[in-house]
Amino acid sequence: MLILLFLAAGILAGFLLRGHAGLLGAADRLSALSVCLLVFLLGLAVGSNAAVIRNLGPLGLRAAVLSLAGVLGSVLAARLVFWLRAHAE
Amino acid sequence: MRNSLPILACFLGGILLGLTSLVPSGPLLGQLTDGTLYGLLFLIGLVVGGSHGAWRGITLSPDLGLVPLAAILGTLAGVSLAAAALPGLALSEALAVGAGFGYYSLSSILVTSLRGEALGVVTLLANLLREILTLLLAPVLARLFGPLAPIASGGATAMDTTLPVIVQAVGADYAMLAVWSGLVLSLLAPLLISIFL
Repeated sequence: MLILLFLAAGILAGFLLRGHAGLLGAADRLSALSVCLLVFLLGLAVGSNAAVIRNLGPLGLRAAVLSLAGVLGSVLAARLVFWLRAHAE
Repeated sequence: MRNSLPILACFLGGILLGLTSLVPSGPLLGQLTDGTLYGLLFLIGLVVGGSHGAWRGITLSPDLGLVPLAAILGTLAGVSLAAAALPGLALSEALAVGAGFGYYSLSSILVTSLRGEALGVVTLLANLLREILTLLLAPVLARLFGPLAPIASGGATAMDTTLPVIVQAVGADYAMLAVWSGLVLSLLAPLLISIFL
């Protein structure tokens, strides 16, 4: 929930800084860079987690199938909602 | 940043460096991740608060119900089909793993305590992979399945860890919807898991 507090503070600051296009553009570019850093840190956590690396066998395969099926099901449902919304307008 | 390649490179670089054990394990990595995430969410807030289109997202009321619903029903339908193809996995177990919606820390702990270590590890890996897939594929998913797809794929993580890539892939207009959908799924994940198991 602390995360939502940071987001809310940013939204408030952004709202107050409306019209400062240069500053908001810089924030956008900086956030793209932070995404790379964050994904790098996640990779670091995965790579150095012995329990995760050790279990990348049969349990990992089962997890991968479930994960892919869940992602695929959810994006197909999202596609349906997007289609319904486009046709409702 | 509409391209997934830099993100994939960062992720693989992190894994390789993590495998070398050059990096000291301990709370520092988690703290650094949290700090980066907090700073990043402040930056996203700046972009959302400063962009005019972002506030229209709040008034698009049907989406507020339909997007989380699509994420839930789509996920559960997908894992149900997968359960039929995976021998030795009960439908209820597959549903519980899917109902983590990417919220791997909470869901894996909950499943471990309800159904033991093995399914707990599957829950951890499946939901961690869901976050990773969304981080890596958000632009591709948006192109193939429309702008709501990365939000649905991100599941519970659409409100924090995958929010940055969602905004990069589909624009700040969808940020509020992503936060909302992620919040709904985060609250429903523990509830659904305890119902299924």
